[in-house]
Amino acid sequence: MAKVTIDGIEIEVQDGTTILNAARQIGGDSVPPAMCYYSSLKDSGGKCRVCLVKVAQGSAKDPRPMPKLMASCRTPVMDGMVVQSITSPEVLEARKSVVEFLLINHPLDCPICDQAGECDLQNLAYKHGVGQTRYEEEKRTFEKIDIGDKIKLHMTRCILCYRCTFVANQITDNRVHGIIGRGDASEISTYIQKAVDNDFSGNMIDVCPVGALTDKTFRFKSRVWFTNPLDAHRDCKKCSGKVVLWTKGEEVLRVSARTDQYNEVKEFICNECRFDHKIKSDWIIEGPRHIDRHSVIAQNHYEKSDLQKLKKEIDRQIEFEKGKLLSPNNPG
Amino acid sequence: MLTDRSKVVVKKEMTLTERLYLPAIVGGILITIRHFFRKSATIRYPEKKREISDIWRGQHVLKRDDEGAERCTACGLCAVACPAEAITMVAAERKPGEEKLYREEKYASTYEINMLRCIFCGLCEEACPKEAIFLTDRIIETDYTRKGFVFGKDKLVEPVAERVDVTKRQTKDVLDFKKHKEYSHNK
Repeated sequence: MAKVTIDGIEIEVQDGTTILNAARQIGGDSVPPAMCYYSSLKDSGGKCRVCLVKVAQGSAKDPRPMPKLMASCRTPVMDGMVVQSITSPEVLEARKSVVEFLLINHPLDCPICDQAGECDLQNLAYKHGVGQTRYEEEKRTFEKIDIGDKIKLHMTRCILCYRCTFVANQITDNRVHGIIGRGDASEISTYIQKAVDNDFSGNMIDVCPVGALTDKTFRFKSRVWFTNPLDAHRDCKKCSGKVVLWTKGEEVLRVSARTDQYNEVKEFICNECRFDHKIKSDWIIEGPRHIDRHSVIAQNHYEKSDLQKLKKEIDRQIEFEKGKLLSPNNPG
Repeated sequence: MLTDRSKVVVKKEMTLTERLYLPAIVGGILITIRHFFRKSATIRYPEKKREISDIWRGQHVLKRDDEGAERCTACGLCAVACPAEAITMVAAERKPGEEKLYREEKYASTYEINMLRCIFCGLCEEACPKEAIFLTDRIIETDYTRKGFVFGKDKLVEPVAERVDVTKRQTKDVLDFKKHKEYSHNK
């Protein structure tokens, strides 16, 4: 076990836990954002740099600070480590710059993009970024590609997080999907546009933090905030069958896997559940999906609130505020 | 007591002049006659129109760009901003060859504003990222049915031949901002 202090809050975690996961155990505002790290995909992380944190004290044995900001998703904790996330202005400044870098080649076509409203990059830019760009050069553009008949690839929107290639590698058999080219020219690609027809290939859509990989069956059907998300399940031989139905009236517009609070899927679903069962009667509906009230999807979305959960959340927030006051940078 | 204008009812015997009845009638008629010579509070509307502000918030227009393509990309931000929930739309994908008709790869195949619901607050205009929707100084025409107030694209999109001028609705700040090409997302 290792004791680590993040933003003034001490927590004991398993050896080998990354700083990001330790912060997630604390929860709240000091959890670094992550665009490429994905808890249910092995080896993901270390690419997008938005999770940078400052390590003010390396460990109890070697209390020197680490010379540069560290990618928290790849840095394991040490006993006695002191980490600053949002309490360090340096980290916030770095995150802002990283967002600006990520947006350099991003087309910002949110009004068209189907991901708008549930896009990690949109949330990140809104929270950390600046409202305007300093980039004047031409953005890189790619042709749109159909990966199979169900997935559309907009390479122009891609931020090269590699999550989809990890899905292709780890969840599907017979990998036909990867990244070609280097640097600015790198490109998600399939082997001569060979269709990805693995049973679990649809999960690429869910793991994509931006609108680069989108569901073709949902393409331009509706903006996500005009749909009504419902938790539902069905008996499926291939997967857990636990999904979210994005409905409009009686129509099921889209089926997606359930994501946790960090927008990460824990139980991947198969393509049969995702694409072939678009009738409400195929599903056992559990009730409205929980949507964060800050999300635009919460528009006209009503659900029963769990008061105990709410209280827990408030208590955690209060504790967090206390911790912020105790941190070395803001002594009281 | 909700107001201070209440009066206590006094039930006293009427005087002779009051009982005569005619003086009160004549008094009433005099009031009416006096109003004949006063300036009228109303105007005869369709023939005569009141002066309205340049930035009056009346009937909406869906603008086309300089090449005549529709600017609206059915992003839904106007509908989500609308406090009266008057706007509905259905998006569609632009087909090859329709580049002259629609500016972006997605467009609104139907776009409806219910003018009975609309409160003309102008939030749709404020929310629009594509400078597609503007309120104009036109007043909504009356109709006999409710159906006639649901304005579709036929009434909202400006005709190529007769463009609607909305320059006055754009503040100086907006026009200054537009001079910076690097901030523009609508290349």
